[in-house]
Amino acid sequence: MSFFEDVWKIITEHGDLLLKGVGNTLLLALTGTIMGLFIGLLIGVFRTIPRPKNRAVRAIKKVADFILSAYIEIFRGTPMMVQAMVIYWGYAFASGGNTLPLIPSGIIIVSINTGAYMAEIVRGGIISVDKGQFEGASAIGMTHFQTMFHVVLPQVLRNILPSVSNEFIINVKDTSVLNVIGVAELYYYAGIIKKFNLQLFQTYFVVCVTYFILTFTISKLLRLAEKKLEGKKNYTVFGSQSDFEAEIHVKEEE
Amino acid sequence: MENEETNVQSVPAENGGADVTPAAADSAVFQIKNIGKSFGDHVVLKDISFTVNRGDVISVIGPSGSGKSTMLRCINMLEDLTSGSILYHGKDVTDKSVKLTNYRAKVGMVFQSFNLFNNMTALQNCVKPQTVVLKRSKAEAKKIAEEYLNKVGMGAFINAKPSQLSGGQKQRVAIARTLSMNPEAILFDEPTSALDPEMVGEVLEVMRALAKSGLTMIVVTHEMGFARDVSDRVIFMDGGVIVEEGTPEEIFGAPKVQRTKDFLARVL
Repeated sequence: MSFFEDVWKIITEHGDLLLKGVGNTLLLALTGTIMGLFIGLLIGVFRTIPRPKNRAVRAIKKVADFILSAYIEIFRGTPMMVQAMVIYWGYAFASGGNTLPLIPSGIIIVSINTGAYMAEIVRGGIISVDKGQFEGASAIGMTHFQTMFHVVLPQVLRNILPSVSNEFIINVKDTSVLNVIGVAELYYYAGIIKKFNLQLFQTYFVVCVTYFILTFTISKLLRLAEKKLEGKKNYTVFGSQSDFEAEIHVKEEE
Repeated sequence: MENEETNVQSVPAENGGADVTPAAADSAVFQIKNIGKSFGDHVVLKDISFTVNRGDVISVIGPSGSGKSTMLRCINMLEDLTSGSILYHGKDVTDKSVKLTNYRAKVGMVFQSFNLFNNMTALQNCVKPQTVVLKRSKAEAKKIAEEYLNKVGMGAFINAKPSQLSGGQKQRVAIARTLSMNPEAILFDEPTSALDPEMVGEVLEVMRALAKSGLTMIVVTHEMGFARDVSDRVIFMDGGVIVEEGTPEEIFGAPKVQRTKDFLARVL
């Protein structure tokens, strides 16, 4: 009995804090995932550049490839909570005591952490695209970047969308670790609320349910987006299928 | 389709790259000079040489694994040569300074596995390369694409995605895509090998019309009827070398080399 009363009290009295937390959590997770995807795509395009003919360019690319794989291994191989501390306080150390604003710091940390995972997801996506797509594009005179931009990446994006959704949902939950540097996301506000009411279980229960509502809604929305991206199953046939000479009237599309 | 001769053959100005501009007087489109290709220790092509003149239709026949497709891929520089050179209007395209994208825009290629862009409709497949590579306006590209799609009998299906088309239909769209670039020559890499027997005919019909229109074509094929009836010259390859080369009458009527005779006896 009193449990539900407590929960209701938390929602009504601290709803504004909870909403602020939800807003910041979503902001961090969404921008972090999008920036991370962007980083992943850039790395994917760069790493698939065909072997340069020029020796010097080849050497530069080799060094860049090494730096990129070091980035991926380090950020996949250490906890985001530790990365947050190292980057935030590392900047403070290097700049002689200045600290970066918290929300932008959080976005940067989530972005580069997600980028490391996305680079591998995009790599898998590019591998899964049929080699013939690359050959068809280069045989018609497209450059590597034209091939990637117009032919390969649209197919990659469709293929990796489930993994990207996955990353987004992970980020909604994992941004909670950013409370270690004091970023005001949902978990951080839970810490404040519990200090008011001293009800640890009730407070974290509310936060737990809030996280689940967020991730469940996002998961359903992304599934919907996936279906949209798949495109139409049908198409319109114009004119006659059997008579090549028949006149064809093409309607404007788009 | 014959009345479109000039349309297929002429290369529009915007198609021209600075570094591979055809020399006007030279009728040789390709001069293949002693090309060789190895994958590691495995030698696939040995000392292949031949010349392709403007308007030539050349069929390349031979048993599987004889290096026919590799040779064609080498001509389009999809494979790096191990030795030799390929002159396109007298200009060596194996030279590192040559911009391959310009060269490839002029030399179309049709693949056994079609290689249509899966994320685009038939129409977009023909429009995108024109707007991206040749920098044509969207309206112009669309007009050209529709014209060629109609020509290969695929005008009715312009809004279909490749996954919604049959093999023969895909290959016809692929041919229309290549034609939309107004190439000077088209390389066909076993264009009918992946097709059901009843779809082979529709693709060959399109190719016959192209050959008649005066387009320069190199066709790697297992279709002996096509090689005999349509081509100006037939090249028989085996073991990575050209065993015999001649007119269809010479190759099919009176082959000189025993290996050619054996091969033809098996396939005809």
